[in-house]
Amino acid sequence: MSRAKKSKGVMVFIEFRRDHIRRGSIQLIGEGRRIADILGVKLSGALLGHGVKKYAKEAIQYGLDKVHLVEHPILASYAASPYSKVMVELVEKYKPEIMLLAATKNGRELGGRFYVHLQTGLAADCTAFRVSKGKNLVMIRPAFGGKSLAHIMCKKTRPQMATARPNVFTEPERDPKRKGRIIKENVKLGPEDVDAKMVQFIAHMEDEATRLADADVIVAGGHGIRKADTFGTLQELADVLGGTVGGSRKVVDLRWLSKDRQVGQTGKTVRPNVYVAIGISGAVQHLAGMQESEKIVAINNDPEAEIFKIADFGIVGDLFEIVPEMIRQIKERRPAKEPT
Amino acid sequence: MPESSELRMVVCIKQVPKAEQLKIDPVKKTLVREGVESEINPSDLHALEMALQLKDKHGGSLLALSMGPPRFIQALETAIGMGADEGILLSDRALGGSDTLPTSHALSKAVEHLGDFDIIFCGEETTDSSTGHVGPGMAANLDLPQLTYVVEVEVRDGHVRAKRAVEDGFEVWETTLPLVITVNHGCNHPREPTLLGKIKARTIGIIDDVNADDVGLDKEKIGLSGSPTVVDKIETVELPDRSGRIYSGEAREAVTKLLDDLEAEGII
Repeated sequence: MSRAKKSKGVMVFIEFRRDHIRRGSIQLIGEGRRIADILGVKLSGALLGHGVKKYAKEAIQYGLDKVHLVEHPILASYAASPYSKVMVELVEKYKPEIMLLAATKNGRELGGRFYVHLQTGLAADCTAFRVSKGKNLVMIRPAFGGKSLAHIMCKKTRPQMATARPNVFTEPERDPKRKGRIIKENVKLGPEDVDAKMVQFIAHMEDEATRLADADVIVAGGHGIRKADTFGTLQELADVLGGTVGGSRKVVDLRWLSKDRQVGQTGKTVRPNVYVAIGISGAVQHLAGMQESEKIVAINNDPEAEIFKIADFGIVGDLFEIVPEMIRQIKERRPAKEPT
Repeated sequence: MPESSELRMVVCIKQVPKAEQLKIDPVKKTLVREGVESEINPSDLHALEMALQLKDKHGGSLLALSMGPPRFIQALETAIGMGADEGILLSDRALGGSDTLPTSHALSKAVEHLGDFDIIFCGEETTDSSTGHVGPGMAANLDLPQLTYVVEVEVRDGHVRAKRAVEDGFEVWETTLPLVITVNHGCNHPREPTLLGKIKARTIGIIDDVNADDVGLDKEKIGLSGSPTVVDKIETVELPDRSGRIYSGEAREAVTKLLDDLEAEGII
């Protein structure tokens, strides 16, 4: 869409999963609110589904002025084509100047589909936003595996679209007294709009995805751990530190660790209080996923390893000696706190 | 009469800088790109492997397609070395500066120009731009179903069943040919190029190039003029100054010192 003078407002796609609004969407309501306030415009949510009105009310409480509620049996569960069709209709009808989605897998593939129909610009996986003097959105995202930050702008077309990385923006407070409009939208959808169907969902054993994102302490293993069994020792260290185990892409590719525990560019971005990197060299794509951890501890036998350049504390040495020694000494230091 | 279950497939690939070789110039604080080798985008290897496995099972053909400058031929050679039947490079000065919108448009037009395909494969994202837009963008351009972050796929009588990796588990999806599939990084073990494959890659005519006119592209819709987004600037990441207390030597001593530090920080 060429730049319509009447484009106004910030719209956020509200994604839900199983039985709750996704945290990435909630975080984006907070950031969307901040941007809308700077621009002096309204913040709306786009909620598609079937029987999802409760999410509309909840989303408003996080900071929306209104929700465009699109309910239809075909939308009961996320699917790219019908969702894309509806989003195009909503955007063409309401002409927001900014359209944001959480950069979840679905968010990225959905944004990546409907921006084409809107013939507009889309910046992926943004970690920060600013509003320029010209009231354009500056969409900031990591490039080259996180070594650089690219400032992307979309001045010629509207809406300016972006997907935003989950767990980067702060979750807004929920105000149970906040009121807003819920606008029921009608759409024409039929079997011809359905081109793929989800027939089965296989959940991960535990909700590891959330655990890693919420973890205060992460103990991560890289290729230096030499074999899958070593994760047993790493789990012990995680246990005494009250943390969760993660790993680099290499160990996931080698199937020593499940993909949902992968930290890095094609895995998860984490910001724990402590990140203990064990046998991890510190390749760019891995750093991209953890370099904003509060404190970083590195254990590696290569003094030149990149990881030491961003570590707060570390030991150069043999992890097979050091990690068991760490476990032993930590237990020694707090005997009173050990559960029986 | 046996049904032909042969599949006509295309994999879109890109050549990218080897990310781990990229370093920041400590003085200028800019990315040093000179002397950095390039490689086929890692996710594209997984896409090629998935396509090749289907070809092994069903027969058919696999075309490797890339949009970029002439040096991208290296990535096409790798693809053919692995088992792709031919390579096409879409190369044109007019395509320079394209963001993902004209890129997916151009690749889609190329695919249409090259014939009917049952499956269009892409890697989940590149290591340099890391948008993940081109797969879904092509699906939108071509009005095809899209399945992204696919880890496994089966095809039977024109029906597709694929497993998709999402944050909290796996989803099984069903659809029909033709479609666009983006392949989840790390889902398979990409085969090494074979000697015969490498020889084939060097054969005249195996890799061909086409330009914007060949494919029928409108010059206004590609390159910088066709790109709604611009990179306003690139800044080097300012990471917080880390204190860098690194110990070495005898394990027990080093660990004691480390834990003393961590305790002082309130970490343990």
